[in-house]
Amino acid sequence: MSLALPTSDPTRAATPAFAGGGLAHLVLAAVLVLYPAVASDFFLTQIGAYSLILGMVALSLMLLAGYGGMVSLAQLSVAGMAGYAVAIFGLNSSGVHGFGWPWWIVVPFAVLIAGIASALIGAISSRTDGIYTIMITLAIATATFYFTQQNYALFNGFPGFAGIRAPEFWGVFWRDPVPFYYVTLAVAALCYAAVLYAARSTFGLALQAIRDNPRRMRAIGFDVTAHKIVAYFFAGLIAGLAGVLLVWFNGRISPGTINVAAAINILIIAVIGGMRHPIGPFLGALVVVLMQTFAIDLIGAERFNTLIGLFFLVIVFASPDGLLGLWGRFRPRSGQESLGPSP
Amino acid sequence: MSIAGETGAAPRGLTRGQAWGIVAFFAAAVFAWLLFAVWPDWLNAILISKKAFFSSIFNGITLAGLYFLVASGFTLVFGLMRNVNLAHGSLYLLGAYLGYEVTRITGYWLVGVAAGFAVLAVLGLLMQVFVFRRLEGDDLRQTLVTIGISIVAADLMLWMWTGATYQIATPAWLDGAVKLPVVTAYRSSGDAVFLTYPFYRLVVLAAAIVIGIGLWLLLNRTRVGMMIRAGVDDRAMLAASGVNVHAVFAVVFAIGAGLAGFAGVVGGSALSVAPGEDVRYLLASLVVVIVGGMGSITGAAIGALLIGLAEQVGLVYFPTYGIVLTFVIMVVTLAIRPQGIMGKAR
Repeated sequence: MSLALPTSDPTRAATPAFAGGGLAHLVLAAVLVLYPAVASDFFLTQIGAYSLILGMVALSLMLLAGYGGMVSLAQLSVAGMAGYAVAIFGLNSSGVHGFGWPWWIVVPFAVLIAGIASALIGAISSRTDGIYTIMITLAIATATFYFTQQNYALFNGFPGFAGIRAPEFWGVFWRDPVPFYYVTLAVAALCYAAVLYAARSTFGLALQAIRDNPRRMRAIGFDVTAHKIVAYFFAGLIAGLAGVLLVWFNGRISPGTINVAAAINILIIAVIGGMRHPIGPFLGALVVVLMQTFAIDLIGAERFNTLIGLFFLVIVFASPDGLLGLWGRFRPRSGQESLGPSP
Repeated sequence: MSIAGETGAAPRGLTRGQAWGIVAFFAAAVFAWLLFAVWPDWLNAILISKKAFFSSIFNGITLAGLYFLVASGFTLVFGLMRNVNLAHGSLYLLGAYLGYEVTRITGYWLVGVAAGFAVLAVLGLLMQVFVFRRLEGDDLRQTLVTIGISIVAADLMLWMWTGATYQIATPAWLDGAVKLPVVTAYRSSGDAVFLTYPFYRLVVLAAAIVIGIGLWLLLNRTRVGMMIRAGVDDRAMLAASGVNVHAVFAVVFAIGAGLAGFAGVVGGSALSVAPGEDVRYLLASLVVVIVGGMGSITGAAIGALLIGLAEQVGLVYFPTYGIVLTFVIMVVTLAIRPQGIMGKAR
C-alpha cells in the first residue's frame, strides 16, 4: 500500500515546530489576526482569504490522503456541489432557480449536501483501494465537470450562476474585505483545529491504522469501509464550507470553477505544502496563490501553468513531503520516511 | 458459485454457458431484426428513427475503436508497471498535433500517422527510462509526476499550437461515404433508402480491430508477450527468473505511448484537434480501464465498446445526461465487480 504515509509515532510525525501546538500556533494565530492591520484590500482578499479557501479544500484532501491514504481528486467537485447549492437555493442573478432561502438555512444545507456527496464518492471509490482511488476520483471529477457544463436544467450549463451575494446581517456586508477575511479565517481555523483534534481521536487513530494496514484492522474487527466513508464525509464537510466561501468570494460559480485543471490544482497545493500535517495545505495554498499572482511579472500570465507544473515536479522529485518535508530536513531525524512504499 | 457448471451436462437443466448462449442468440436475433427489417411506426416513435438509432450505434462503435486504441496502451502500462499514466491524454494530443504538422508538411497522411506513432513511442521510451525508472515501486509519486508532466505538456502545447482547432486532412481515398446494406425506409416511389456512413470511420474501426488482434497475438503468441503477461501477474517473480524487466517495461511503455500517438492522428482526422481533448481522452481511458479491468486488452475492448456506445447513444437520446450514463456504467461495474469486467482480483 504505497499510498500510505507510514509513521511509527503519530505525534512525532508532525513537523517539529507544530507538533507540540502551543507557541507556534499562538504566534501564527496572532499574525493572522493582526494581518488586516498591515494588508491592503487586495492582499486581504485575493491573497489572504483566497489562500485560506483553497487551503481548506486542500485540507479536506490532506485529511483523506494524509490520515486515510486515499488521494481523492474529487474534493473540489464536492466544494463545487456546495457552491452550486448556494446558488440554486439562495439567490443568483442568472434567472435560473434561486429559491431565495435565507443564508442560515442555505449554508448548513449546502455543507450537508457536500458531506453526503463526498461520502457517496467515498463509498464508490472505497470499492477498490490504493492507486485506483486516484483514478476513480479523477474520473468522477471529470464527469462532474462535463455534467455541469452540459446540463442546463439543473446547473445552467456553461455560464453557471452569477450574482451570488454573501449575506448581510448585524449591519455588516460579509463580503467586504475585512469581514470576509475574518469569516474565512475563523472557518479555516475551525476546520484546522477539527482536523488536528480528529487526528488524535479514536476515530483518527483507527483511520491511520487502516491506512497503514487495512487487513490487520479488518482482522481485529474494525469496519474498514465505514471508517473510510466517515472520513470522506468529514472531508466533504470541510470542502463544503470552503465551497460556500468560494462562491461568496467569486460571486459566481460555473463549470470552469471545478474543471479538471482546478481539481488537480488542489492536489498540487496539498503536495507542495505537504500532507503530513494540516498546516501543509494552507502553506501550499499560500505559495501557489502568491506564485499565481506574481508569476505574471516573472514569465507572463500565459505560461503560469508551466511554471507551477515544473515547481510541482521539482517538489515531487526533491521532497516527497512537500515544503513541510524540506523544513523537517533541517532537523536530523532517524530514518526519514516519506511517501514511499511500506515494506 | 456455478453448481450447474460443475455438474456439467447433468439433467438438472442448462449450464451457465448454455444459458448465456441462448441469451446471446436472442440478443443477436433481435439486433439482426432491428438491423434489416423496416421499422414499424411504434418503434420509430420510441427510438426517433432507424437512421438516428443506427447512426448512433455505428458512431458508438467507431468511437469505441478510437477509445480502445488510447486505452489499450494505458491499460498495458498500468497492468505491468502499476503506473497510472495521467499524462496519457497529453500523449494522445501531442500525437494529434504532430500528425497534423507532418501531414501538412509532407502532404502524406500515412506519413503523419507513422510519425505520430514513432515519435510518441520514442518519447514514451525516454519517459520510462529517465523518469519512471527513478521512481520505481512508488505508485503515488509516479502518478504525481505524470500529473506534473501533463500540466506542463498541456501548457506548452497551448503555447505552440494556440487554442485553435485543427483538423488533419485525410487523403481522397479515405473520404466519402459508403452505402451500408441497411434499409432505413422506403420512399413513396418504392425505392429503398440505405444508411450511408463515412468511409473513414469504418477505416478507423478496422484499424482498431486489426491493432486489437495484433496486440492479442503479441501478448498471447510471442515470447515478449509471455514476459509481459508474466510481469502483469507477478513482477518480482519475472525478474527473479532472469528476465530483464526494465527492457520489458521500456517496450511496453513505448507501445503504449505509440498507440496513444497513433490514436491521436487517427482520431484527429476523424474529429478535431484542440486543447482539452487530452482531458477527454484521459477520462475515456480511465473509465474504459476501470470498467474493463486493469491490464487486460480484452477488458479494454469491452470497456471501450460500452463507453463508446453509451456516449453516442446518450448523445442522441438524452443529450444533457449523456455523461451520467458513462458514470453509471462505471459505478455499477465498481459495485458488482470492483476489479473490472476482465480484471483479476488481487
